[in-house]
Amino acid sequence: MKPVATIEGRAIPLGLKNLDTDVIIPAHWLKTITRDGLGKGAFETLRAEPGNILDDPEYAGAPILIAGDNFGCGSSREHAAWALADLGIAAVIAPSFSDIFSGNAFKNGILTVALPQEAVDRLLEVARDHPVTVDLDSQTVTTPFQDRFAFAIDPFRKHCLSEGLDEIGLTLASSAAIGAFERMEGRPWLVPSASPANVGLNGTIA
Amino acid sequence: MASRPRTLYEKIWDAHVVERREDGTCLLYIDRHLVHEVTSPQAFEGLRVAGRRVRRPELTLAVPDHNVPTTARLGADGTPLPIADPESAAQLAALTRNTAEFGIPYIPATAPAQGIVHVVGPEQGFSLPGATVVCGDSHTAAHGGIGALAFGIGTSEVEHVLATQTLLLAGSKTMEVRVEGDLGPGITAKDLILHIIGRIGTAGGTGHVIEYRGRVFEEMSVEGRLTVCNMSIEGGARAGLIAPDETVFAWLEGRPMAPAGEAWDAALAWWRTLATDPGARFDKSVVIDAAEVEPTVTWGTSPEDVAGIGGHVPDPDSFADPAKQAAAAKSLAYMGLAPGTPLSDIPVENVFIGSCTNSRIEDLRAAAAVLDGRTKAPGVKWAIAVPGSGLVKRQAEAEGLDRIFTAAGFEWREPGCSACLAMNPDKVPAGERCASTSNRNFVGRQGPGARTHLMSPAMAAAAAVTGRLTDVRALMAS
Repeated sequence: MKPVATIEGRAIPLGLKNLDTDVIIPAHWLKTITRDGLGKGAFETLRAEPGNILDDPEYAGAPILIAGDNFGCGSSREHAAWALADLGIAAVIAPSFSDIFSGNAFKNGILTVALPQEAVDRLLEVARDHPVTVDLDSQTVTTPFQDRFAFAIDPFRKHCLSEGLDEIGLTLASSAAIGAFERMEGRPWLVPSASPANVGLNGTIA
Repeated sequence: MASRPRTLYEKIWDAHVVERREDGTCLLYIDRHLVHEVTSPQAFEGLRVAGRRVRRPELTLAVPDHNVPTTARLGADGTPLPIADPESAAQLAALTRNTAEFGIPYIPATAPAQGIVHVVGPEQGFSLPGATVVCGDSHTAAHGGIGALAFGIGTSEVEHVLATQTLLLAGSKTMEVRVEGDLGPGITAKDLILHIIGRIGTAGGTGHVIEYRGRVFEEMSVEGRLTVCNMSIEGGARAGLIAPDETVFAWLEGRPMAPAGEAWDAALAWWRTLATDPGARFDKSVVIDAAEVEPTVTWGTSPEDVAGIGGHVPDPDSFADPAKQAAAAKSLAYMGLAPGTPLSDIPVENVFIGSCTNSRIEDLRAAAAVLDGRTKAPGVKWAIAVPGSGLVKRQAEAEGLDRIFTAAGFEWREPGCSACLAMNPDKVPAGERCASTSNRNFVGRQGPGARTHLMSPAMAAAAAVTGRLTDVRALMAS
């Protein structure tokens, strides 16, 4: 994964509360077996409206998206994060995010920045005509007008994002601890006497 | 182990911590992993590219559900019929290939045990009380109905679980939804969870794991509990839980993949210790009066847009929050509804009984009880009943439910996610309404331009009979 540092540029002032992942990428785009090219389907229903802000040339190539409360709610589809990444979005600013979406965004190097509603309202206003800067190191969002909004981020996520780390690789370093956990006694729920063999490869039940 | 009182969630969490990091995040062991065709191909590809293996293939179970057509899968000669859509066919082929390559137990689309992951998991005894259960699907929360800590994950996390059988997670806050009193006659688990989401809002549970508490849940069937927990994600919660009890244990015992013999006894002894301790604290608590719950339907495009069937389409201006006013106005425009319209005046052209929320045997029985001796209204063009699994279908047919559905004008289908999510051929046409037992009424969820009204199976059956949203209690009385 590419390390994340400072994201600077135009921000699409989308607003809109409860933007669910079905809106970010409708289900018919999910019949793919790769991660690529989903930007075409991103926000399909919103972009079907003439004059929509997402296709406004003013914001072409914008690396930041500003949205309303509860962004990314609904389906767990990581395709939503892949679609945003394919559009070139590197950070999303909103008052809140769904838990699953923010995890998916993080895994794809997209920064989710949660700020109070007043700060988001101010950024929606500024972003109409001016760039916005999101800086991971100082954990701030700034504008050309001396606005400076601090945001919180989990230290582990910050570390992974700024170093571009592979989380699976990190966890595999704990293989010994995982093995020890598996060998612990007195944990009947771990015993695979829950014989998966009963459901055979042809789906029959013994 | 700390002696302070703990919640059910904390007990399951603590029992699965492999490593606790300085910042409080934990490497959590994952006991059970369900995989379907849509959110897994990129995870398997990731493993291949990195040259990684699956750590514990036997702890994962794969079954296709989202994409599979719900029409006949086998020809007259018993050979599998081809899937017309090439992309769906490719996704199913990828699941077959990936599970074979990595040695993962797999139930193919043509097998008798096939069904929706969240129906199959508990039904096979694969999902267990006190277990951590994950799947690349947000409705994994359903398995909390049998007392599993179950939550949806993204594809990168699917890959992480396959490779390490763990997830690195920050703990959630705890939220209690306490329901006091009893539900009225004819009020179901679905009405209750829709009512709860209406109260807490779609972001009300964000960052939290909900535990549903109260006599209502103790007396509720396992199927009802699965329905309630299933929609926890619609309230923003990571997971929903109901304390496992003798009802659950009796329901699970003897299922094909559940522990047996001494392992069962040992598991049972542990499961019986899982209930939230007296005096344990929740970060947030919501109290619901069961007597207030009516047969509940949605009028808008968010699962929090609910009202009792005796109510009206609200005026957007009636909401205090300006953002909610705007959202409601947008919803009503999409839904083609005018403020003040009685909900029971809203006509429907389509009826869908199915989905991981409401496709279990009890759901089909409830719908069939309403449909028995009746037929769908002339205005209802398309009505389908889609069992959640092949085993549910077989059971329903043994009880004669399929004949009630077909006599009422319903199509009786093969198991799958069907019209819940517009990914397979079952879609609702643009501009038309659907009385649906699924979980999401989002814009375009059941097809571009489709208008969804969420409700219980009995209410959907009532809508089919009258051709409009209807208080099922009126039909039950007659």
